Amino acid sequence: MAEVRFLNVVKRFSTKSGDVLAVDQVNLEVADGEFLVLLGPSGCGKTTTLRMVAGLETATSGDIFIGSRRVNDLAPGERDIAFVFQFYALYPHLSVRDNIAFPLRAQRISREEVDKRVQDVAQRLKIEHILKRRPNRLPSGEQQRVALGRAMVRQPQVFLMDEPLTNLDASLRADMRVELKHLQHELGTTMLYVTHDQTEAMSMSHRIAVMNLGVLQQVGTPLEIYNHPQTLFVALFIGSPPMNMMTCTLSEGRHLQAKVGNLRLTLSSTHRLLSQEREQNVAFGVRSEDVHIQSADRASDVMGTVLVREPLGDETIYQVDVGGESALLVKALPREVFQPGERVGLTIDPERIHLFEAATGKSLLAAAEKAG
Amino acid sequence: MTNLSSAPRTQTPRMRPRFGWFSDRWIAVSFLTPTMLLLLFMTVFPLIWSLYLSFTEWSVARNTREAPVWVGTQNYVDLLTNERTWERFVVTGQFVVPAVVIELVLGFAVAMLLNRKFAGRGALMTGLLIPMMLSPVVVALFWRFMMQGDGVLNYYIEAVLGVPPVQWLTGRSVALWSLVLVDVWMWTPFMMLISLAGLSAVPKYLYEAAAVYRASAWFRFRHITLPMVTPLLLIAIIFRMMDAYKLFDQAFVLFGLGGGPGRSAQTAALYIYQVAFDQFNTGEGSALGYIMLVVIIALANIFIRVLNQAKTGQ
Repeated sequence: MAEVRFLNVVKRFSTKSGDVLAVDQVNLEVADGEFLVLLGPSGCGKTTTLRMVAGLETATSGDIFIGSRRVNDLAPGERDIAFVFQFYALYPHLSVRDNIAFPLRAQRISREEVDKRVQDVAQRLKIEHILKRRPNRLPSGEQQRVALGRAMVRQPQVFLMDEPLTNLDASLRADMRVELKHLQHELGTTMLYVTHDQTEAMSMSHRIAVMNLGVLQQVGTPLEIYNHPQTLFVALFIGSPPMNMMTCTLSEGRHLQAKVGNLRLTLSSTHRLLSQEREQNVAFGVRSEDVHIQSADRASDVMGTVLVREPLGDETIYQVDVGGESALLVKALPREVFQPGERVGLTIDPERIHLFEAATGKSLLAAAEKAG
Repeated sequence: MTNLSSAPRTQTPRMRPRFGWFSDRWIAVSFLTPTMLLLLFMTVFPLIWSLYLSFTEWSVARNTREAPVWVGTQNYVDLLTNERTWERFVVTGQFVVPAVVIELVLGFAVAMLLNRKFAGRGALMTGLLIPMMLSPVVVALFWRFMMQGDGVLNYYIEAVLGVPPVQWLTGRSVALWSLVLVDVWMWTPFMMLISLAGLSAVPKYLYEAAAVYRASAWFRFRHITLPMVTPLLLIAIIFRMMDAYKLFDQAFVLFGLGGGPGRSAQTAALYIYQVAFDQFNTGEGSALGYIMLVVIIALANIFIRVLNQAKTGQ
């Protein structure tokens, strides 16, 4: 087991239409035994970053370390890693047993040792009954386990996984999430996992590294990322439904106030640090669960009209028109029922709002906390 | 309550399409009929007629006014007990096996070299495919020209290698190999093309996985490339083998009907031609044709069985 470190890692691809910057100055440390998820939309550079660790892509500049070894110039086979591919990369002409044994046979390990290790892995993954079968005749859940088995059998220092659950159906994906998390906990191996699915990232990882356009946006625990997004991108990318985002003007009276459409919100003491931003346009964000919906006759921060009601069983999502540029999404308990067209009152917890610099997308609150 | 049935209806005038009679079925029949008729008269009828003739004694040149005389399986018995028939099939086999094996090995090797990106790959591919696109007769004619005693091949053999000239077309032990050489020159590109299609269809991530697992180049070739390409190679072998077994034109141009010195290069197809159209033993020639058909079908079936096993891995 080992830690993985990225120091100013850059990757450019040369294309006919010029160079494309896929990964831009990534600095990241993955601790020994940590489960870190690289999260971001398609084309954000997360898979390229992972492939650079594996040696399947070469970094244009910067250094990558696995443990104390700089691995930039090492061949993939010399890095002591295991890679689980999105499409599993199982050999269709080999049985499940031979697929799992492949890495060991490639290293000419004795037959007895190969048999023993394959049996161990199969037992752990509960795939002993399919060892004689061909992988392409198996359901995708079992193919996934075989791919995992092949990765585990070598007992590598680092596991690299490239969206391994993408091809599974929703219920199987949920099961595999739990199993993978358990497996990583049991093995204690460092794991770098790429996904675009925030549920996977939030539920499985110790820490998440969010990427966009090749740039590392934020690294933190799932709750840090969710509760304290440092950029506008992270705020909008994490959370379902996405964070409500509107332009707002900050003004100073007796208290610092945010004006969003018809909404006037007095900011809490923390936000008073933002003196330099007063009277400027900023992006105002609030998560749907931090807006409370109630009947129109109760004291509220702002009044609105219900546009759409989406009952999801355990909660209901309302789209409420408050006269601003876009409607607010509000999460409510299923027992609170408001009909489309109904006037409602909304209150917003001022401690739970997010403010971002409009030009750079950087969190003003994070900047204020740093300054404080 | 409104009575719907009594509501006034607007009468839409019935349009009679101009080509209403031209139904899908009619189109299908009109398109298929000429082809079916051609197939019937050019393929099915000769096939059945020749099968009938193979059980008769008859000559298309000698007794055209007489009806074929039914002799039962006599033609087959005569041919299968005749040593010369077996010799022709052995000679054909002696040509087919080395030709197809060399074409396969060379074609696959060239495909391995071409299975990467480099400048001029397209032009090189086109150049390498030219022999396959030429007419077999043209190919055989210019090889005959080059293989003559004082031809360009012997000139280089003497001048460059300093060894005595080779009797390409007249040497008893060399003639069949000359035929193999011409066939290899012409059909190696076909094997290369099929191999290249197979190689480029192997997903890149299988090699990436192998690279991560420290597999050597030989291990990758042995355990990924070869098994993944084998089904396609087997199809190529079936095609080439069936084609080579029927080889007529190149052998005819290089050696004539007699098949070179001591019939050393007289393939089964040449022999059938000789019996059917030189000696005009039409009945016997037809029987010989059917024997060859059975041999090819049997060989093709063996390969198809191997192919299916390779695909299912049983």
